[in-house]
Amino acid sequence: MKAPSIGLRRLAALVLAGALAAALACGRGGESTSSGAAAGGGVGPIAVGHFASLTGDTATFGQSTDAGIRLAVEEINAAGGVLGRPIEVISEDDRSVTEEARTAAQKLIQRDEVVALLGEVASSRSMAAAPEAQRAGVPMISPASTNPKVTEVGDYVFRTCFIDPFQGAVMARFAFEDLGARKVAILSDFKQDYSVGLADFFRKKFRELGGTIVADERYTSGDIEFRAQLTTIRAAEPDAVFVPGYYTEVGLIAKQARELGLDVPLLGGDGWDSTKTLEIGGKAVEGYYFSNHYAADSDSPKVQDFVRRFEAKVGSKPDAMAALGYDAAGILADAIRRAGTTDGPALRDAIAATRDYDGVTGRITIDRERNARKDAVVLKIEDGRFRFFRSVPAS
Amino acid sequence: MRARGLLGVAAAIVLLALADWALPQILNRYYLTILVRILVAVLAATSLQLVNGFTGQFSIGHAGFMAVGAYVSAAFSVYLGAGWLASLAAVLPAGIARLAYFPLPLLAGGLAASLAGLVVGVPSLRLRGDYLAIATLGFGEIIRIAILNVDTVGGARGFSLSAPAGVDLRYEGIGVIGAVVALSVFVMARLVYSAGGLAFRAVREDETAAEAMGIPTTRVKVEAFVVASFFAGVAGALFAHAEGYVHTNSFTFVRSFEIVAFVVLGGLGSLTGAALAAAVLTAAPELLRGLGEWRMILYSLLIIVTMILRPQGLLGSRELSLRWLRPRSTAVAGRPG
Amino acid sequence: MEQFLQQLLNGIAWGGIYALIALGYTMVYGVLRLINFAHGEVYMVGAMTGYYVAHALGLARQSSLAGLLVVLAAAMAVCALLGATIERVAYRPLRSAPRLAPLITAIGVSLLLQNAGQLVFGADPKFFPPLLQAREVLRVGALAVSNIQLTVVATALVLMAALQLVVMRTRFGRAMRAVSVDAPAAALMGVPVDRVITGTFVLGSALAAAAGILVGLSNPKIDPLMGLLPGLKAFVAAVLGGIGSIPGAMVGGLLLGIVETLVAGYLSSTYRDAIAFVILIAILLYRPTGLFGSEPAEKV
Repeated sequence: MKAPSIGLRRLAALVLAGALAAALACGRGGESTSSGAAAGGGVGPIAVGHFASLTGDTATFGQSTDAGIRLAVEEINAAGGVLGRPIEVISEDDRSVTEEARTAAQKLIQRDEVVALLGEVASSRSMAAAPEAQRAGVPMISPASTNPKVTEVGDYVFRTCFIDPFQGAVMARFAFEDLGARKVAILSDFKQDYSVGLADFFRKKFRELGGTIVADERYTSGDIEFRAQLTTIRAAEPDAVFVPGYYTEVGLIAKQARELGLDVPLLGGDGWDSTKTLEIGGKAVEGYYFSNHYAADSDSPKVQDFVRRFEAKVGSKPDAMAALGYDAAGILADAIRRAGTTDGPALRDAIAATRDYDGVTGRITIDRERNARKDAVVLKIEDGRFRFFRSVPAS
Repeated sequence: MRARGLLGVAAAIVLLALADWALPQILNRYYLTILVRILVAVLAATSLQLVNGFTGQFSIGHAGFMAVGAYVSAAFSVYLGAGWLASLAAVLPAGIARLAYFPLPLLAGGLAASLAGLVVGVPSLRLRGDYLAIATLGFGEIIRIAILNVDTVGGARGFSLSAPAGVDLRYEGIGVIGAVVALSVFVMARLVYSAGGLAFRAVREDETAAEAMGIPTTRVKVEAFVVASFFAGVAGALFAHAEGYVHTNSFTFVRSFEIVAFVVLGGLGSLTGAALAAAVLTAAPELLRGLGEWRMILYSLLIIVTMILRPQGLLGSRELSLRWLRPRSTAVAGRPG
Repeated sequence: MEQFLQQLLNGIAWGGIYALIALGYTMVYGVLRLINFAHGEVYMVGAMTGYYVAHALGLARQSSLAGLLVVLAAAMAVCALLGATIERVAYRPLRSAPRLAPLITAIGVSLLLQNAGQLVFGADPKFFPPLLQAREVLRVGALAVSNIQLTVVATALVLMAALQLVVMRTRFGRAMRAVSVDAPAAALMGVPVDRVITGTFVLGSALAAAAGILVGLSNPKIDPLMGLLPGLKAFVAAVLGGIGSIPGAMVGGLLLGIVETLVAGYLSSTYRDAIAFVILIAILLYRPTGLFGSEPAEKV
């Protein structure tokens, strides 16, 4: 019984070992070319690292920002690159795992010797990686981490999105003043600090304005069943429901809300901005509002150009993450150009000095806290499209 | 015998001090981080081996105890320890002050986790097999969800170890972390291979017979569970202080399953086996980075194929040791002496 | 009262899906004493197959009952094949290995399918086509009952009844029960154990596929990681009902769905999963082998 199987097993073990060795060899080969290029000094491409959730439970966020960054870099390189050199983006996956964001960033800093880091979307993963960037003196720009704590890590850490307090207040004001809502329910994703943060700041502002929060329910990202919470919310009879979640869940929430006969407007934040909200939500999301960085139907040629080129390259409409990734890469390239070098401290100062950068997601100024100051817009979902509703200036 | 033991300890200390100095010279921070991750995984895996491998219970909620250790130690450092560390640093050189302070949060994390282990273990160890598995899994998730809702440790934001006073509470000395892990594994080895440790294995082999022999099986199981939780807590505390930032996403049931995989792949009832599997499987995702999107596919194939090739685990229930390495060993195959 | 009934209905529809997944767990456990952690991923593949079949056959545009049945059958067939393959490749070589070894290959297979799924299907969530047009069939005050909820519950009940018939009334079912009681003895009595085990995987995986389609109908968002959590919850449901027991899995699944919904609706949606687990552990402490489980004979 045992004797013949040992031969087979040994063979299988050999095959596996061979495959592993081959894999390691390819891996190493691939890496050494890129790091060789990066270390090439003044002639080779400028290596920029992007650490992102390319797989795992928030893979869509990482893939979107990566697509936005790659489009930006492609355009920059087509226009001659910066400092006479092309930019090379090296993307590392962190599998949506908090501590792997840190190793991915370290790998990019140590082995690929990147001049700057772009990433992450999730604030928790930006928080895990930011100390590494700070310690190594490599500037890091987070495209979409909205938690205020992220940039507090140090003077090398920046972001190109607005932060939770601003956006939460925008929507609270919108609900109270534009919609005339006095009783609002909140349904937030308690596993995402983005959602928890937005809910907190919305709650605070809305109460300040004189409104009441009649129900405060939670879900966890990845959930697909929200009927229990929505039934409770329905019983509280709110004038509107604030759902500061990601597009991965919003469509379903809207659908189930309508199904239960909860026919008040749902409001959200920039996490809603994706065609997936329309695709999954369908008719259910009609007439709902959310705050965003930009309006894709804006007549700004910059935005129109971006949307067209993104569609041509990727084959789908860009979502908020893609637009933010695009701008993060653009701001970085602009800063390298202004700094005239890829030196850490000089590059840091150049990014910090960004004023009125004309991005897709608005005019971006980096403030003293290294956060992006820019206007917000409120979009309304109408006829299966996101339409510009009104804009809210940065306070 | 005693003299040789002392000599061994002295040699180990010299070796670790050397490693502490030399490794950061040779390896860059990326590799050092992976090394620390491996050490943490080794401690988590060996501690679970105590329950799953030696006592024969089926616990799949180990990440929960790591989470307790990580968060309690982090909270200890941020809310209490920052001041102590600052005052220690006022009288001692910075490096020594850190070294003197470092065991405190580890102990705090370990004790908190062992307390959690006691609370979980006493009621649930009456359950058997998969019913126990569900209970431990459930407690792991309960702990995680509870932490996610405690705002003083950051909730969904995660918890950073940068103290308000600007004191850096991280601890990344590779030699010291290695020493803590080595000492812990040594203590566990002494425990399971002592005469008292026989009780663990008796419970694993045949609970009814063990009971008949007068072994208080429930108590033995709870003991193993509490000790395992303690070291899981220490592993969590090491993790928190080496990373400088903790988030509950690091302690989901997926992590618990990973630790179970270390234990079974290494060989049930083998501390060194669990350590070996933990090291290989922790390093693998990083080593396979070059494969891009294929790396996790190869990683899962690695698990499947290894298990099929070595159904009893990499080392079975043997231990890797110098004596085992000797060609003409007198050790009886199978059970270690 | 209306609100309570609404929550109860929500819970039953949700629990029906857990129950269908839990059945696969419990059947495999019955014959192999193996927790098939890859089962949740089979459910994911079922939903994905349904998505692609519906689009390929042009069924995504108009909704019809016939279309739904075609998609259901296709998904069940694909998953039956997948289940049998997983058994053959990952579990059969370990039939005589220590009990925990196939558990680890199951975790490996689960990881493999999750990652392969992200590579093949893409990580983006997909909108599952509305094979049935949502309609409100009953409304009493605030209580709203949709045809989809009814379809989910009805399909789940029909499939469970069919399974019960197969297990209790057919030769295959008898063989399955024999293997589950004592595999070596069954083999001696001429029961083709390997084929019975394959058959068990085929049945269990087909049920998981059905659950995938039903979830696509009632919660139309599918992605490659969708199986992770329901798979775990279904395992909990199976254990709660008494692992190895088919009626146990049904009751456990329904109970878990109802408990989760009522906890979220009345106690706290924040602590929903935690409280649900506390209740389950409490039930287990009261009945240490689950609701319908029997104490395994101790070998002395």
